[in-house]
Amino acid sequence: MEEILEKILKNHIKGECNIISLLQEVQEAFGYIPEKAAHWFSKKLDIPASRFYGVATFYTQFHLKPRGENVVTVCRGTACHVKGSERLLNRLLIELGIPHGEDTTDDLKFTVEKVNCVGACGIAPVVILNKKVHGKMTLDKLMKDIKKA
Amino acid sequence: MNKEIEIKVCTGTGGIAAGGKEVLSTFKKTLPSAGIEATFLENCSIHKVGCRGFCSKDVLVDIVIDGEKTTYENIKPDMVDRIINEHIIGGNPIAEWTVGEAYNNFHKKQKKVVLSHCGEIDPEDINAYITAGGYEAAKKALTSMRPEKIIEVVSASKLRGRGGAGFPTGLKWELSLKIKSEVKYIICNGDEGDPGAFMDRSVMEGDPHSVIEGMIICAKATMSKYGFIYVRAEYPLAVKRLQMAIDQCYEAGLLGKNILGAGSDFDLKIFQGAGAFVCGEATALMRSIEGKRGMPTPKLWRSAVKGLWGKPTVLNNVETFANVPQIILKGADWFRHFGTERSGGTKVFALTGKVKNAGLIEVPLGISLREIIYDIGGGIEGGRALKAVQTGGPSGGCIPEELLDIEVDYESLAQVGSIMGSGGMVVLDETNCMVNTAKFFLEFTQAESCGKCIPCRIGTKRLLEILDRITSGKGKEGDIELLEELSRDVKATSLCGLGMTAPNPILSTIKYFKHEYEAHIRDKKCPAAVCKDLITFSILEEICTGCGACKRVCPADAIRGIRKMAHRIDPDICVKCGTCFDVCKFKAIMKI
Repeated sequence: MEEILEKILKNHIKGECNIISLLQEVQEAFGYIPEKAAHWFSKKLDIPASRFYGVATFYTQFHLKPRGENVVTVCRGTACHVKGSERLLNRLLIELGIPHGEDTTDDLKFTVEKVNCVGACGIAPVVILNKKVHGKMTLDKLMKDIKKA
Repeated sequence: MNKEIEIKVCTGTGGIAAGGKEVLSTFKKTLPSAGIEATFLENCSIHKVGCRGFCSKDVLVDIVIDGEKTTYENIKPDMVDRIINEHIIGGNPIAEWTVGEAYNNFHKKQKKVVLSHCGEIDPEDINAYITAGGYEAAKKALTSMRPEKIIEVVSASKLRGRGGAGFPTGLKWELSLKIKSEVKYIICNGDEGDPGAFMDRSVMEGDPHSVIEGMIICAKATMSKYGFIYVRAEYPLAVKRLQMAIDQCYEAGLLGKNILGAGSDFDLKIFQGAGAFVCGEATALMRSIEGKRGMPTPKLWRSAVKGLWGKPTVLNNVETFANVPQIILKGADWFRHFGTERSGGTKVFALTGKVKNAGLIEVPLGISLREIIYDIGGGIEGGRALKAVQTGGPSGGCIPEELLDIEVDYESLAQVGSIMGSGGMVVLDETNCMVNTAKFFLEFTQAESCGKCIPCRIGTKRLLEILDRITSGKGKEGDIELLEELSRDVKATSLCGLGMTAPNPILSTIKYFKHEYEAHIRDKKCPAAVCKDLITFSILEEICTGCGACKRVCPADAIRGIRKMAHRIDPDICVKCGTCFDVCKFKAIMKI
């Protein structure tokens, strides 16, 4: 872990050090932001760890817990809402057995998350399965795609 | 055969989702092996194009032979063979695959200025942009115009901020030019956070160079040397294409030191947002670029005076910048003649929801909502009745059917209680509940409120609680008045635009659809049969054939019945998900 962090740090000392970009790289490397990483950078850069925590919890892109192997993102934008994305989401949580208030299955196979708008409203409702955008989604299609994943 | 042939495949986010990349690679793979002579292949270009707006018909493919264009819709990789054999080699377009009336009507009343390159040129190739007249405006501005002159032209064009607030662009630039400072910034706001809006995404993906060119011109006009493009994290393709465009510009000497040998310097960088709606607000966005929590700060100074890192900063929206090159090139009069008295030019809208032809459109300001929805949008899906049009996203309002003839511009939309906003336009029909719609937007703004100021943090929470109560059948007399009063307070006392506009969806739906609120509160009924707690599902025994389709899909096992006999829904177990309603082919399931 330390090696990767060193590398990220090196990249950043070159440019102006920006906590957001730094955390984006940490997340890219680990899939989430390990608490240890925040403390490590805090010491190296002499920035209070609370600032890392503050930024990481402010922006929805950052995650403090490990994520599932497959990430299913349901768009909850207006166009998708009007076309029934709320029901897609609820059904998905039931099917995958994710308890209320959680977003990841116990076996860390799936994480289900919401996004405010993907900006692909012309093909609503939209679901992103492992970074690939799928449009005009139906419950049946979604379940089939998920079983394949 | 010595024909010029161009094959254009749509690869915007919508196009890629429909399989655009696969179609493109099939063309590239199949064409050379289709038995065509090599000389012929030399005259053949196959490339990607950005979004042309009509995403519901993707993948869209243009075949241009000697200037004659044929457009195909809904193309899949396995259809490519036939197109090559019959059309490209045989010379006969395949009539049953070409675009129909809907596609042509969709484009008839549009006027493409900002989107003129989207769907025409390869967004990843600077030479395609230059061939189409790109960077001519930058050349003109940098080599032959003084900053004051550039600002004069932009002001005369009556271009106003396309992010939604409509601040005159020329005036903003003038404020910045007047401030003397060694370091000045310009920022392009690509944090398009409104749900239901994708204008800026399409421009950044489909014509990234037009945004950069607009920024180069702005940099000269305001004497700024540094620029940022703030793009939200949800738009990875836009980030990729902008970065490619920026790299190409540095190579071509269009960015960096002594641009085009005309003596001005300009450095441009992308900053990726990390997912926060409030960062669309100017001061919050700047805090975010500074690497802090994206919270707004009181506007004691205009950002043109004191912005990013305390330096003078011009912040404009993607679409605003994309308009600039054409204004400089074709003149203020040309641009102004599209719009209305008060605002010049065209506006890009994301027309979505229950409309037949959903997509990205660009229309002259002053067009009526009715023309947009019925002529361009082709009317309402499934022949149902239109109920309202929602403009401006969570900061906007709902406009009822009887006001569809108003002219679309900043002032008239504000007059009816909505806003222009960045350009989201969501059409709602009779199956949409207006109280639920207001609640949807409040859920959004409540979750996105940064929590810094109390009116927004607690006000939106209380508003949402009241709406929750109403939609779950626990509304009380006086709730409507309470909503109105609290809405006015939140609007008047919030720190930034998020809170100041958050109650708009509530106020506009109460204004035009008060009867729906009353039905929820007094009769405990949802007229559109949307609000879960106020509806019940039941099976009409005379129609039910006992096919069992509903029973198989019910996630709660709430449906009982023997095959070929009428089934029944147990209301105590039913979770009201509506799945049975959707799968029943015989319309035997009732929702009231």
